[in-house]
Formats: sequence, C-alpha cells, structure tokens
Amino acid sequence: MTEAVKPLSLNVPEPGCRPGDTPDFSDFEIPRAGAVAQPDVDVDPDDIRDLAFSIVRVLNKEGDAVGDWAGSLSVDELRAGLRHMLTLRTFDARMQNAQRQGKTSFYMQHLGEEAVSCAFARALQPGDMNFPTYRQAGLLIASEYPMLTMMNQIYSNAEDPLAGRQLPIMYSSKEHGFFSISGNLGTQFVQSVGWAMASAISGDTKIATGWIGDGSTAESDFHAAMVFASTYKAPVVLNIVNNQWAISTFQGIARGGVGTFAARGHGFGIASLRVDGNDYLAVHAVAKWAAKRAREGHGPTLIEHVTYRAGGHSTSDDPSAYRSKSEAAAWPLGDPIERLKQHLIKIGEWSEDRHAQAEVEILDGVISVQKEAEAIGTLAGGKAPSPRDMFEGVYETMPPHLIRQRQEAGF
Amino acid sequence: MAQMTMIEAIREAHDVAMEADERVVVFGEDVGFFGGVFRCTAGLQEKYGKSRCFDAPINESGIVGTAIGMAAFGLKPVIEIQFADYVYPAYDQIVSEAARLRHRSNGDFTCPIVIRMPTGGGIFGGQTHSQSPEAIFTHVSGLKVVIPSNPRDAKGLLLAAIEDPDPVIFLEPKRLYNGPFDGHHNKPIESWKKHPQGEVPEGKQIVPLGKAHIQKEGSDVTVLAYGTMVYVAEAAAAETGVDAEVIDLRTLMPLDLDTIVDSVKKTGRCVVVHEATRTSGFGAELMSLVQEACFYHLEAPMVRVTGWDTPYPHAQEWEYFPGPVRVGEALRKVMED
Repeated sequence: MTEAVKPLSLNVPEPGCRPGDTPDFSDFEIPRAGAVAQPDVDVDPDDIRDLAFSIVRVLNKEGDAVGDWAGSLSVDELRAGLRHMLTLRTFDARMQNAQRQGKTSFYMQHLGEEAVSCAFARALQPGDMNFPTYRQAGLLIASEYPMLTMMNQIYSNAEDPLAGRQLPIMYSSKEHGFFSISGNLGTQFVQSVGWAMASAISGDTKIATGWIGDGSTAESDFHAAMVFASTYKAPVVLNIVNNQWAISTFQGIARGGVGTFAARGHGFGIASLRVDGNDYLAVHAVAKWAAKRAREGHGPTLIEHVTYRAGGHSTSDDPSAYRSKSEAAAWPLGDPIERLKQHLIKIGEWSEDRHAQAEVEILDGVISVQKEAEAIGTLAGGKAPSPRDMFEGVYETMPPHLIRQRQEAGF
Repeated sequence: MAQMTMIEAIREAHDVAMEADERVVVFGEDVGFFGGVFRCTAGLQEKYGKSRCFDAPINESGIVGTAIGMAAFGLKPVIEIQFADYVYPAYDQIVSEAARLRHRSNGDFTCPIVIRMPTGGGIFGGQTHSQSPEAIFTHVSGLKVVIPSNPRDAKGLLLAAIEDPDPVIFLEPKRLYNGPFDGHHNKPIESWKKHPQGEVPEGKQIVPLGKAHIQKEGSDVTVLAYGTMVYVAEAAAAETGVDAEVIDLRTLMPLDLDTIVDSVKKTGRCVVVHEATRTSGFGAELMSLVQEACFYHLEAPMVRVTGWDTPYPHAQEWEYFPGPVRVGEALRKVMED
C-alpha cells in the first residue's frame, strides 16, 4: 500500500521586512569591536574558518579603535579617508541630481558604502589592479583620479575619456588600477584572477583585486573565479560587497542555505573572512592584511564586506517599492562617515566645526569641477564626442567592412 | 620543407610563438601534461615549463575569463576549448568582454587572446562534438574568426592570430587534423604527409588574416568555402566537370571581399558551401555581400549548400554533412539557370 504524503512546496526565502513593516535586525549577529583576533598573513585557511562567520570590527560605539586590527592608519591618513568619503558622497549627490535634471542618462550612487572602496584603495600599491563593479568609484576618488574626467564621462561630453561609448559610471583607468567596468555581472571576478595569475607567471610583484556584489555571487563566474584562484593560489583579493540588496532581491536569495557569503570560500580552501563594511578602519586593516598575504605568495583571500545600500540601486530604481523606508536608518552598523568622524573627534583630531567647514569646502570643490565639466558639455547639449568615434577602436586597425560602414554613415 | 599533419603544424606554431615571445602562455583542459586530447600542445609543457603551458579546470568561462585578465596584464594567452561545442559556457566572456574590451575602454585595455577549438563534423562525434559555431562569432563586433583548411595555413594563420592585437576565434576542422579530405566519407584518411599541402615552411612563416586563397582557378562559377568544405567543393567540381573557381576564405572576419567580388564578376555565378546549419549561417552573409556587390554580374541565382537546420546527428552524419553530390547538384543548377 502506498503511504500518503503531503504535496511538496517550494521554499522561496523572504527578507525580514517589506514596505510598511518595522525593520528588525535583531537576528543579525554583530560581534563587539575588537573581538576578532588578527591572524598571521601566512595562516592556513583551515585555521581561521571561524572568521567567515564573525565580523572584523575596529570602531566601537564610543568611537574608540580597539583590538588587533586597529592601528593600520595614521591620523593624517584617517583625515584623508574622511575627506575621500565625504567627496564621494558629495559627488554622488551632485551627479544624482544632474541625472534628474536630464544632464545624463543614468547614475549609481554609493550612499552608505563609501568606506568599502575608499578604505580598500589605500591598502593597495601603485600598479596593483582592481576589477571593480559599478559601485566602487571610491577606488578612483581615493587614488586621486581626476574628478573632472569622471564627470566628463558621466556627461558623455567631448572630453569623455571613453569617447561616449560606455555608460556614465563604467569608468576605466589602467593608470589608476581600475579595470574597465562591464555591465554583465560577475565577469570581472574571474578576470581579476587571470590578471593575478599573469603577475605570478611573469614573476612580478603586483596583485589584483576582484569585486562582486552579493547578488552576483550566484553567477557562474563567481565560482569559476574561486576555483581558478584556489587551484593556482593566485595573488588576488576577492571582495564580496554584501550591501543586502540586489536591486529588489534581498541577499538571502543569492546566499541560499549557506550561513554567510564568506563561508563559500571554505569549499575552495580559500582564507575567508567578514568585515564591517561601514568601519573605515576595519576595511583598511583587512584589505592591508589580505594584500600582504597575496603579495607574499600565500594565495587568495575572500572578504565579505557587510554593509547596506542606503540609496536606490540606480537612478532607475525606487527602493520604497520593495523595502521599508526606515530600513537604512535602522541598519545596525551605522553610517561610515559618521563613525569615522566620531572616532577622529574622540581622539581629539577633528571637531564638528571642522567637519562642517570640510563639507562646505568639498561641496564648493565639486560644484566648481561640475561647472567646468558642464561648460564642455552634457548628454543634453554642448560639445559631444564625434559619431566617428563609435567606429574607432573596435579593432586596433579598422577592417575594410567597418571603413565602408563608417563612410556609409557619413563619418 | 617538412611534411606535417595539421596537428603537428598547430603544435609547431605554438612552439615558434612561445620560443620567440615569453608573453605567450598556453592553457586549457588537458592541454598541459597530456598535450591536449588531439595532442596539439604535446611537449610544450616539458619545453616551456608549467607556468607557460598548463592544465585548466573544466570551466570554459573561467578559461576565457582568466585569459582576458592575463591579456590585460600584458600576456598573450593562447587557450584551447576542447571542442567548439563546449564554448557556449564561455560565450559571455567572449562576446561581452574579450570582444569589447578595446572599444569600451577606448584602448586603455586590450585583449590579444587566441581561442582555439576543434570544429565541424565528419568523425562521428554526434551533436556534442560536431558543431560549427562560426556564424555566432562573426556576428560579434570586435572578434576575428579564422578557419584553416591545411597544415601550412594552420601554422601560418595561427602565428598571425597570436601576433594579432585583438581576440581571435581559431576554428580547427577536426576532420582535417590528420589528413586531407577528398569529400568522400567512405575512404580512409590519407595522411597530410603524402599530400602537397602537408608541406609546412619552417620557422615563423605568417599567413596574414583577412586574405582568402584561390584553391582552384576556374571560369564557370565561384564556390565560396572554408575548412573541410574546400575539399568537398573541389571534389564536386571534378565530378561534375564544371570549371569552378574554389575560394578558401580562410578568415571569415575580416573577410577578403575583394577576392570574392573579383571572382564572381569573372564567373557570373556563385555557390556557397558550409557545414553549419543553414538559417542565419555565414552563407547568408556571403550571399548578401555578393548580391550587394555583384548583382548586375550574376547570370543565375546564387545557391547555398549547408548542413540542415537540425542538431548534428550521430548515425546520419553523412546525410547531414554537405558532400560532393549535393554540391555537384548546386553547380549543375547554377550552370543550367
């Protein structure tokens, strides 16, 4: 006799909070600052398996820097970090508005995630190469890439270094260690491993970093990157920026049943850890540790940056349609700029007045550059790249069929 | 001049390139210690070391993706996809990344990689070891697509591809790996070493990309073919007595349109042959180009002979594969029209 069984049903994970709900992060386990010890850079990945389930934090609630991971930066470097994050936030706000004014087609801001890329950039050396996503412009800001060039690209004007061919925020600068961004998600992750392998093959000393969002870890190329990095012990730092949301899809959909994204590294024998992505000091210290580990030939590191995307996914996104409006404010790891500011004030190296003054100076500076860029042109008007540019650079030498097409198009 | 199989010629091209330029690295599934399932890379690891010729995980997207990163660093990767049928997991890396890198970064980053893969049928490989995906790649801006038909060209074109500053899809007709093909499937393969076209110049002899080769001169009709089909076309011409001019295209992108147009204007007729499926195949592009450039010179409608629009069958592969009988019918038809 056949035993009666209940019909099966599909498990579709849901976030804890939707529009109209009260945000609740009470089940989000946050270790206290300083609780996670810093291992030696040559540590066996097996010996730090617990770091994939904890979170490296340096700044405590009182604004003190505590624990093994503190002390990676001087006071001057901390003030520079604050300036970089403020600059990125101000730049974002101006460009977001410029999109709303029709001066460009599209923009993606970093609100709430400024520490991740700004702090990481300061742990690398000239010649190292980042393979970023669209939300790591802080790598450029913190490595002093000209803001005017960024704006020229956002406006697709005649001085756009990419000649109007790329989306506004998909920058490229070999000189500043910033690989050309693709909109096809996850592809750059495995490319970063290849770049690192090439450095090893060539007997060079440079390292690569890969960047991916929590949602894109579901892409096959994430897994390809992990297996290649693991197999060849590539000198690469692989970063997952877990900002909780992949457009409207919460991180639990890509994460599946595994405890954390960092834990995925265990299956590949890769040293894996999580860091408080809203803690500038913690991100810098972990980046410095992982970069040293790569540079000294101890292999790849997987870092999950735990942060929160306070803004929309892009200018085409309305997050109030899928998450609580108060969720960003309830995010328990706070705001990265506010936290670094409080730390600097706590150690007597900053003040509310100096902060207010810095905000004004930075805003003036960004507006000044914006005027300069807009004087050249925006997507809506002014000097634009030549249509002839779209035919150039498909190949190093233009083949006959493209020459014919360019002539047919009248350029 | 040495007599070589196409496999040996491809191996020698690797050797010449790796000897001359330490930036050339070679990897792929089974490529290192074993030298590839077709042995095209045999001996390279022993000679150049494991960091310049090595085995890769079974992950085509990873193979192409890491090659792109290596190229961005400054190396010149030559990678093997074990069969062209397996390239699809790497499709995104090829078309969205490798092909566009130079353009989207305005030359800031470039991608001088060669993606080698055995292509086509004729070895009873069934639908997973017989496909001809060339049209998929010719549709992508930024790629070059090369298909040799003999050992001399295989070596010279591969050396050109490795030197090329842009990504090259290098399709190797596996039916021709060990010997030429007389167009008839019921005869054993005769080694290239007994065939004049098995002669391969020593050293660095480049066959430039973008230049077709007139395999056989003729005055009645132009046959456009590449890879294995060059020999099918020759056989069809011999059996029908039609004085066909057989053009081996060698490079589909960029295409040597001048040679094609000159020939069609001379003969006034054109037959296109490929073994890939018909609809939206590269033959459709060839016929459009010939029509645009030669319409008033044509004395008969063009005809194409292709594989059928079905997955490549195992037991019926010789009914699928365009043979001399089908090409011969096309030649007669264009001569009668």
